[in-house]
Amino acid sequence: MPGKTDKILEQIERSRVWRSIFRSGRGGSPLHRALAIQQNVFLHLFSTKVRKRMLGFNATWYLGALTLGTFLILIVTGVLLMLYYHPSVPQAYADMKDLQFVVSSGLFLRNLHRWSAQVMVFLVFAHMFRVFYRGAYRPPREFNWVVGVVLLLITLLLSYTGYLLPWDQLAYWAITVGSNLSKAVPLVGDKIHFLLLGGNEVNANALLRFYVLHCLILPLAALLFIAVHFWRIRKDGGLYVHQSDPKTLAASKKVAPEKEAK
Amino acid sequence: MNDPKEFIAGFDSDQRRSPTRVVFVTRRTSAQVKANYEEQVQTYPEVLFRVVLAIELLAIVLVVLSLLFNAPLEGIADATHTPNPAKAPWYFLGLQELLHYFPPVVAGVLAPTMLIVSLVIIPYFNINIEADGLFLNDRQRRLQIFYLIAIGLLVFLVAFHVYVAAVPTLLVAIAMVVAAYSSPQSTVAARRYLANKPLAWWVMTWFLFELIVLTAVGTFFRGPGWSWVLPWGS
Repeated sequence: MPGKTDKILEQIERSRVWRSIFRSGRGGSPLHRALAIQQNVFLHLFSTKVRKRMLGFNATWYLGALTLGTFLILIVTGVLLMLYYHPSVPQAYADMKDLQFVVSSGLFLRNLHRWSAQVMVFLVFAHMFRVFYRGAYRPPREFNWVVGVVLLLITLLLSYTGYLLPWDQLAYWAITVGSNLSKAVPLVGDKIHFLLLGGNEVNANALLRFYVLHCLILPLAALLFIAVHFWRIRKDGGLYVHQSDPKTLAASKKVAPEKEAK
Repeated sequence: MNDPKEFIAGFDSDQRRSPTRVVFVTRRTSAQVKANYEEQVQTYPEVLFRVVLAIELLAIVLVVLSLLFNAPLEGIADATHTPNPAKAPWYFLGLQELLHYFPPVVAGVLAPTMLIVSLVIIPYFNINIEADGLFLNDRQRRLQIFYLIAIGLLVFLVAFHVYVAAVPTLLVAIAMVVAAYSSPQSTVAARRYLANKPLAWWVMTWFLFELIVLTAVGTFFRGPGWSWVLPWGS
């Protein structure tokens, strides 16, 4: 009974409680649609309107949106993986084996998290080069480019800290090779190395530190900078338009004055 | 503007798409409003639905990938048993390749720091918004500087036996020489294209080329003791 369901939905949307939460109101008019974006704390990061020529695949290749997609997949799969994971030695490795052989769909969960992470690193690089070659980094968008560079570093650190968590040979030696580089920093290299690992070599302390960085600090930092990154697109005048994109002019001049006044 | 007759007022309205614009033009100037309405679409639903669709398609691809290929898992971490070679994650293998030639302070600290700093300053450095071709203005001086840097860099890389980085550098340098001796009005499309490229484009392209080559070499062509191997050989 679609008619009855619609009626119930309409009643809910007209109720006082609903309208206290969602203030844009009912209706499909441009005003209501604009309010749907503007009155939502998350969506108001975006502008209410976008130039039509920026919707085509060629303008952006959707690389930024796809990067966000991998990030969302990583949050969901990451939280689920946290339910089965202990950041301790040697339990961390045993949990990997449990994910593989005991937990329902555990192997799939870990695969999805791992491959999404690799794809995210790739997409972030692709997005950066795409933005560069279109010239979208130029003023007034220069600060958003810098925010993007910060997000690139956060992405690399997220991927790198996650690399240690399975606590297998691959993880252990990759982190050993990488963290040894920090020793090469002049004067304070050994201190940085000790701070990073919580010891002089990769051990249980390092695992715990990387776990906290990977599951708490870096994701929060990423969310913060992603919010700024999106908001700045609106503040800097929307998605960058390249001269090669064919311009579509609105037929506004054809609208008769009496209709316009409506 | 004490005298109200010193300016004319006009307004331009398209209430459906954008708020009313009011313009005051003083008589002394001859400013003109060149308004043209670019067609816009509502973010909700048109843009949001497209983005959701794109993310859903990506999710399908990733799910299929995860069903087909398992994430690698080796034996439990063992500090007494070093695998040969011990490799970093793939996106750091370009740096690890450099580490093979240079001391850690150069490959592990100086190179990444310079890289990040140059990425950050790109938009501030490129003051020339129109971004003319590199060799179109001040040609003689720029050619001299280019030859100096290109030859210096190549000699440096070859002296340290970093042929892996020297080859992409040489190829980009050759492309730049072609650009220097091409006109933006050339009949050959490729020469027209290269002649119009600004400095930032050349630096970034060189970086991209090095990144791809070094990462690919580190990932696929390096075996025990960081020696050359073929990815398809066992």
